[in-house]
Amino acid sequence: MAAAKEIRTKIKSIKNTQKITKAMEMVAASKMRKAQERMESTRPYAEKIKKVIGHLSMAHPEYHHPYLEIREQVRRVGFIVISTDRGLCGGLNINLFKKAISSIRDWQNHGAEIDLCIVGSKASAFFRRFGANIAAQATQLGDRPHLSDIIGTVGVMLQNYEAGKIDRLYLVENQFVNTMVQRPKLTQLLPVEKIKDESLKHHWDYIYEPEAKVVLDELLKRYVESQVYQAVVENVACEMASRMVAMKSASDNAGSLINDLQLAYNKARQAAITQEISEIVSGAAAV
Amino acid sequence: MAMTMHLDIVSAEESIFSGPINEVYASSVAGELGIFPRHTQLLSQLAPGEVRFKPEGKQELEHYYVGGGIIEVQPHIVTVLADTVIRAKDLDEAKALEAKQRAEEAMRERREEEDFARAQAELIQAEAQLRLIKNLRREIKG
Repeated sequence: MAAAKEIRTKIKSIKNTQKITKAMEMVAASKMRKAQERMESTRPYAEKIKKVIGHLSMAHPEYHHPYLEIREQVRRVGFIVISTDRGLCGGLNINLFKKAISSIRDWQNHGAEIDLCIVGSKASAFFRRFGANIAAQATQLGDRPHLSDIIGTVGVMLQNYEAGKIDRLYLVENQFVNTMVQRPKLTQLLPVEKIKDESLKHHWDYIYEPEAKVVLDELLKRYVESQVYQAVVENVACEMASRMVAMKSASDNAGSLINDLQLAYNKARQAAITQEISEIVSGAAAV
Repeated sequence: MAMTMHLDIVSAEESIFSGPINEVYASSVAGELGIFPRHTQLLSQLAPGEVRFKPEGKQELEHYYVGGGIIEVQPHIVTVLADTVIRAKDLDEAKALEAKQRAEEAMRERREEEDFARAQAELIQAEAQLRLIKNLRREIKG
């Protein structure tokens, strides 16, 4: 019966693990719904400000804002990497880091140095091992990140950009496509990329009130902040969705493992009984 | 038929309004703005105050309170990127008065520069809300 007992403890331990993964799956599912709502509600602002910035990139302002000027020589590149604080969410973070690293390697091959701005503990741990220069980081933002949580961190990168310490700023984020699919995405934040809109091709400029510098400063700063904030909010939804799917497949795997073990256990038990009977029968025959 | 333009009002939390309108008024830091279709491109900071607009096919203006932000005008698109937006009829006079008092008190008591600036910003917001409420009342009476 020794084999049967061993199998029984194994089944018990897997059942316990399954309970945990099942609970995590359900928690992630309910958190995902809320995170998704938050993501949807903040999205219009991020999209509209992006549109306005697109228009602005087509204007011909008298005042040249540093965020709109494309610097020819790129010596240092900044990356803002948005990751989760906690693990057990499938390949979400790793896929994102792979995307970031491929771009980082690309720039390094062009002779540029790298500055990182990290959001989330996972990226912090990963890139410290990777050996990159981390200029700023924000961790433990929780499930409901606030704009004020990231302003300081993003501010460091903006100051670096203004001071000419970095010449490009990229954002590496997870895009929430649906519950099953989250896609890592790399976007250029600074300098602002020009959009292609034929209707705005002619030479024109805004009237600025009160002054070009004041308005543009505020608008562009808000633009970067809102894009990063949106990415952070979206990342929470991605994290929950990814965790839900990962935990569901973990529970399923545990289930099929238990089935297999149960079968093995039954066989072992049956074999033991058969053996006992044959022992008794042969014992009786001997008498 | 009157010409229309598209208006979007978004705050950091949600999209407030999106649709065709005939005219829109907003209070920028440099004064009151009135915008009709085919206005030239304009980019301006908004002061805490009122944004009112006339949706297409309606005679009455809709009133909103905006707690500062940025307005972008293209000939046929107007975008208001607001910090906070409250529908004017949801504005609470008692709450605004309370906020004003609190801000004034804070300004008297705390001389720390940062606190003072915050209290001052709150005071400006509260005053703008009260002004809008008063204006609305007058309009309803008149």
